[in-house]
Amino acid sequence: MREQWRTCAAIAGNSLRLERRAGEALLVVAPFGAVALLLIPMAVGTDVPLLRRLGPGMYWTVLLLFGVLVILRQSSLQSPAQARLLALAGVPGAIAMLGNAVATAVLLVAFGAVLAPVVIMLYDPGMQGWPWFLTVLPGVAIGLALLGVVADSLVRWLDARSTLGPLLIVPLAIPLLLGATQSWQAAAFGASPLPWLLLIVTVDLILFLAVLLAGHLLDVVT
Amino acid sequence: MIDFAGVGVHVHRTPVLRALDLTLESGEVTGIIGANGSGKTTLLQLAATLHRPVAGAARVLGADLSSAVPAHLRRSICLVGHEAALYPHLTLRENLRFVAAVLGQTQQSADTALDTVGLGRAADRRVRQCSQGMVRRADLARALIAPPKLLLLDEPHAGLDSSAGDLVDFLVDEVRSRGGAAVIVSHDRARLDLVVDRVLELVDGQLVPVRSLR
Repeated sequence: MREQWRTCAAIAGNSLRLERRAGEALLVVAPFGAVALLLIPMAVGTDVPLLRRLGPGMYWTVLLLFGVLVILRQSSLQSPAQARLLALAGVPGAIAMLGNAVATAVLLVAFGAVLAPVVIMLYDPGMQGWPWFLTVLPGVAIGLALLGVVADSLVRWLDARSTLGPLLIVPLAIPLLLGATQSWQAAAFGASPLPWLLLIVTVDLILFLAVLLAGHLLDVVT
Repeated sequence: MIDFAGVGVHVHRTPVLRALDLTLESGEVTGIIGANGSGKTTLLQLAATLHRPVAGAARVLGADLSSAVPAHLRRSICLVGHEAALYPHLTLRENLRFVAAVLGQTQQSADTALDTVGLGRAADRRVRQCSQGMVRRADLARALIAPPKLLLLDEPHAGLDSSAGDLVDFLVDEVRSRGGAAVIVSHDRARLDLVVDRVLELVDGQLVPVRSLR
């Protein structure tokens, strides 16, 4: 078991090293997301109360939609030859998927951290209960990353994977989006965001089990 | 090592191998030739347990390919395809160390493998900055990290000069000396005949013996 976790860490480390070299997620997608956050106030106008209300929702929506690009980058980073290498190394499907999910979750947290100052600067949202954000962001990132590797495993071998991936991820990410926006709203109105955080954790656990199941099915099929 | 009897394999629902028979004993090295699209790569991938037969009986290292193959058996197989399994953004050393990590080997084994194939001085160069021959050597070096029982090489001489071609012979001799076996797919009949015990030709999804050039 310890060896499998070591393999998982090696795959995550390799994926992050590739991202550091390619710079696709943070150098390309993050500025793109920041521009999207900039465009909305330009479209809405300088209606400060409206922007203040829209801010948290826009932040999480941009994180989800642009995060899909980060999530699905795994497909483009790994060639069939590299996938065969992992299969022949006897790496269980679930371990390979979890390794990739760890790397993606780290990137999504970084992506969220880059977007946060932009949304604060442009939308001036209420900062009540901001410490909750420090737990909600990793929770959402883990959920999206797990969802991404499951979707990727389902569509990887299909010609239309670049369009089918987002189609699978976005609807299934709605509970995470709901949990994230509502926890912010709850904190803003002085209520406890804990129930919404529990929703995110529950979704994460379900997706973790889905990764184990998908990995097992991959091992049986291949 | 390999025991295929009447094996049929489909790729994307297209029949590629039909009623194919192949037996490979320990210490044996077999060369495969055939026209483009005859199914040579599919045959190697079947031997690497990456395909399931739709007909016949197929066993590799004692494992029945009609069911899931145990992970420890797969670790005894090394497939070096014509597409290198290296990440272009990483250095040769980082690539080989990653392979060592997933195979449960030490980082030192990766560095030693690079030295053995003559890439010790270029180890910190990124794959995308390397020549095709260097990438090919580094890909072959994977077989030295955890010496396999079954070595499967797809067009190993392509993109290599004659001195680097000797590396292929060295790898095959290493496997053979440890009681392993190898299957080599190549268009280079002259080089192939120097290293293999027999040559088979893949014709219409079936293997037929070919007279040696020696």
